[in-house]
Amino acid sequence: MEEKLVKTCLHDRHVKLGALMSPFGGFDMPIQYAGITEEHNAVRQHVGVFDVSHMGEVRVKGEDAYKFVSHIFVNDVTGAPDGQIFYGMMCYENGGTVDDLLVYKVNDEEYFLVINAANIDKDVEWIKSNAAGFNVEITDESPKYGEVAVQGPEAEATVEKVLGIPCADIPFYNFKTLEKDGEEIIISRTGYTGEDGFEIYGSHDFIRKVWDKLMEAGVQPCGLGCRDTLRFEVGLPLYGDELAADITPIEASLSMFVKLDKPEFIGKEALAKQKAEGVTRRIVGVELEGSAVPRHGYPVLVNGEKVGEVTTGYKSISTGKSVAMAMINKPYDKLGTEVEIQIRKKTFPGKVVKKRFYDKNYKK
Amino acid sequence: MSKILDNLRYADSHEWVKLEGDIATVGITDYAQHALGSIVYVDMPEEGDEVTAGEEFGAVESVKAASDLISPVSGEVVEINTSLEDSPELVNEDAFENWIMKVKVSDPSEIENLLDAEAYAKICEE
Repeated sequence: MEEKLVKTCLHDRHVKLGALMSPFGGFDMPIQYAGITEEHNAVRQHVGVFDVSHMGEVRVKGEDAYKFVSHIFVNDVTGAPDGQIFYGMMCYENGGTVDDLLVYKVNDEEYFLVINAANIDKDVEWIKSNAAGFNVEITDESPKYGEVAVQGPEAEATVEKVLGIPCADIPFYNFKTLEKDGEEIIISRTGYTGEDGFEIYGSHDFIRKVWDKLMEAGVQPCGLGCRDTLRFEVGLPLYGDELAADITPIEASLSMFVKLDKPEFIGKEALAKQKAEGVTRRIVGVELEGSAVPRHGYPVLVNGEKVGEVTTGYKSISTGKSVAMAMINKPYDKLGTEVEIQIRKKTFPGKVVKKRFYDKNYKK
Repeated sequence: MSKILDNLRYADSHEWVKLEGDIATVGITDYAQHALGSIVYVDMPEEGDEVTAGEEFGAVESVKAASDLISPVSGEVVEINTSLEDSPELVNEDAFENWIMKVKVSDPSEIENLLDAEAYAKICEE
């Protein structure tokens, strides 16, 4: 069955720039323009811009908005000031992950959820199906919004000077809504690269204008190729690799976002049990000797026995090392454990390391 | 436009072959290196390995993906280009200069099954 791919509001720009296009989460998305390495380095060293209009946006509004978000989200938004953002997951009753997402707190009666492109339909259905008894209105606003991510050490200067959007005063993981060109836009100090940066949400027309201004100013357009290498190097998960319906946030080594002291949320019982009893497997980092490249699905071996599987792997652009995130069975998940990764017909030695291969450079 | 050398033979899987006596030198084409982008690793066979025409003998890895190498000839690997172990990017710099393996072919006539430069150029245009 061939699925018709959705085009973002910047699709014609990507084609004109000669981007290599590929399907991602039901969208026809740019993978690279100049090349993954060049785009990756632009974000680490200067600034780059990503079309992330494929991301989904869901607004939860109403008297019970706080109570409802607390019910479906594993992180705890209690007591947060308006304008704060939380990262976390929605989980099934069995603790498996529906999706990972950002929750923007507009106020106690309004939250803005940013979800993964591939999961929009599934998430919206999940959110709505759990809303019985809550006085909330749930709206899928995904089609309405375009979104760009401006990322890198020069992101703040770029957004202020090139786009004329004041953003220096926005703290990390905070956002503001403001009037620009006669419409209300959202700008947050967030991203998926491990660098300082901003994500800007607005109408399709507004986002096209933003993109064109950034191109005129010579900002490097960046595709999903380097989005993946950048997030990977700083140990950020990708739904479908490190998180899935059959992977809990605890197994994904993301328990810091799961607030088990909250009175209730979907999946709490299963996650609390897993936390108490200990997981049987978890996501860790693996560093290989040599430069063979581990890829998703490659087996991780100890003494020739399979003990896990690579979830994401690259020859890291920033460090030059061949590294992977891998789901590994206990007790082989311990730091320093000697493992091998099978790459085609050969096996390559390596060891378990922390899954952060490159230090984040957030402005906090 | 990718470079194609007249005096070589080509496989439609984008490997080139130069046959001198019964020794075939094998590499990937300029078109292939360009399509792959930055090459970060070349998985080569070992000396003494047997390779078979039409079958995988290694892989070339770019940042994003691994791409199988398909042997255009059959025979025994007599030499591999060890400089690619530390500097796989040489293939990007000059794909024809930086060969991957040399094979003592068991049947030199196999090369007649491969494309000439003109026929290969047509494949690259498609």
